[in-house]
Amino acid sequence: MSAIVPPTSTAAPSTAGRRKWLPPVLLLIPGAVWLGVFFVVPLIFLASQSIQTGTVEEGYKVTWHLANYTYAFQHFWDQFARSLAYALLSTVFALLIGYPLAYAIAQKAGRFKSILLVIVIAPFFTSFLLRTLAWKTILSSNGLVVGFFRSTHLISLTNALGLTNGDQVLNSPLAVVAGLTYNFLPFMVLPLFASLDRLDPRLLEAAGDLYASPITAFRQVTLPLSLPGVVAGTLLTFIPAAGDFINAQLLGNTNTTMIGNVISGQFLEVLDYSVAAALSVSLMLTIVVLVALYVRKAGTEELV
Amino acid sequence: MTAVKPSRHSAPSRRTQAAPRPRRSPGTTLRENIVWLAAGAALIYLLLPNLIVVLFSFNKPNGRFNYTWQRFSLDAWKHPCGAPGMCHALGLSLKIGVIATVMATILGTLVAFALGRYRFRGRSVANLLIFMPMATPEVVMGSSLLTLFVSLHFSLGFRTILIAHILFCLSYVVVTVKARIAGLDPRLEQAAADLYANELQTFMRVTLPLVAPGIAAGALLAFSLSFDDYIVTNFNASPSSVTFPMFVYGSAQRGTPVQINVIGTAMFILAVLSVGIGQFASRRRAR
Repeated sequence: MSAIVPPTSTAAPSTAGRRKWLPPVLLLIPGAVWLGVFFVVPLIFLASQSIQTGTVEEGYKVTWHLANYTYAFQHFWDQFARSLAYALLSTVFALLIGYPLAYAIAQKAGRFKSILLVIVIAPFFTSFLLRTLAWKTILSSNGLVVGFFRSTHLISLTNALGLTNGDQVLNSPLAVVAGLTYNFLPFMVLPLFASLDRLDPRLLEAAGDLYASPITAFRQVTLPLSLPGVVAGTLLTFIPAAGDFINAQLLGNTNTTMIGNVISGQFLEVLDYSVAAALSVSLMLTIVVLVALYVRKAGTEELV
Repeated sequence: MTAVKPSRHSAPSRRTQAAPRPRRSPGTTLRENIVWLAAGAALIYLLLPNLIVVLFSFNKPNGRFNYTWQRFSLDAWKHPCGAPGMCHALGLSLKIGVIATVMATILGTLVAFALGRYRFRGRSVANLLIFMPMATPEVVMGSSLLTLFVSLHFSLGFRTILIAHILFCLSYVVVTVKARIAGLDPRLEQAAADLYANELQTFMRVTLPLVAPGIAAGALLAFSLSFDDYIVTNFNASPSSVTFPMFVYGSAQRGTPVQINVIGTAMFILAVLSVGIGQFASRRRAR
């Protein structure tokens, strides 16, 4: 019986016969055309826009005006670097906060697993703008968080580090990073959960039997086996965080503006399309390069 | 035999029972539960803003902004459309959400079957094409679409928002449905063929019902992504096409009506209920 099953199962996908390339192509075409026309073509338009000169009223021409890029970086380097720094910080925080949560749900929750998973996903069902505005209430100057920061003198530490200013937490880099971490935390927890859920607890017992301390067992067994989840989670957190401008807008001040604020402002308010496009292309390229380096270093190809 | 048996029994039991006992102290219980402590703190961090949204839907603020607690009131719940323009924006978001979900689910499911069921040349390129929109920051996606529409003199509004929403929902539907297809047992379809079902019958009676939960999950994800999107939408909207997130963002500058919290709370309750019912139903069916 078991000898008969494998050959039939491998033969199953090729039932279409001679023209077996036709069905997948027909299935693929509508979606691929949509992605081609509204994702790939716009990126080409964006790249072209970034080397054009002109105005919105008089129209634009391709002049290979690379000065758009030098202008963009001279004026907005701070925001660019700040975006990458904030995104990196919030990714690290999300990993530190999300890992124990994902581990507890996957390995320790037992029959409460699905309820806890629903609780992790539940925040999604309220508009993220409303939830970000709620942080204004939580961090406001008469709220609990600020009271805690003041009474423990943590506020003088964060002031010294430049994370807060004066005696308030709202409208500071700390608030923006906390907001980013919060907003993308579920994107970290879900891939981590997926890989930790597959971890066989007997492997940890085996490590214990071989006299590994819990810390060694974690370093040698749990962490390497959850690496695909770590890679997926950090990417799903870092990429949107680097381009986000909602948290900087709602929870920050004028010294916390990120590249997303600049791109959106240049496109929609200043109407300097070419510089905005140059910034957008730079952000995209930076992220593609960083992601490619990171995925190669982390050594997983499960993503694509 | 008698020599083997005691050693098999005593060695593990000594390790599991005797070993922790000498170390049992307040420090050990703390160490054993530290994962739960950290996980609990993370859950509070995740849920606290939702609690604030619910709580402040019963607030009666003094000024234009609903950020500090004043006193309990049911006014906003009695007049959910009391904030000018909000219910219009909500209607537009629901309409775009439904159409975008249907379109993205159809296109995405077809692509998922192509990628999940067939090996063909160009498959890895297609996979990359599906993956890239998810790896693109929203500002880049929104601004590139805006550049396209402006260059082609395509007027912004309902149509452009819809195009953008179908685009970013598509990849998520593909990934969700593809995972479900990959997890199918091929023997079930072979059994159908053995029982003289033709290809169409096999697909309609076996394959589709098995993949349906994945399609439903993809559609739910697509709707919540569409309903909640601000960044891409804002690039491709016109002043006459204000969605609910755009209304909320605008109100953050002008003054936040309590009604936005009512909508947020109602959506939250509806979604949690539907997920709960879905879980309950699938568990009963599994029995």
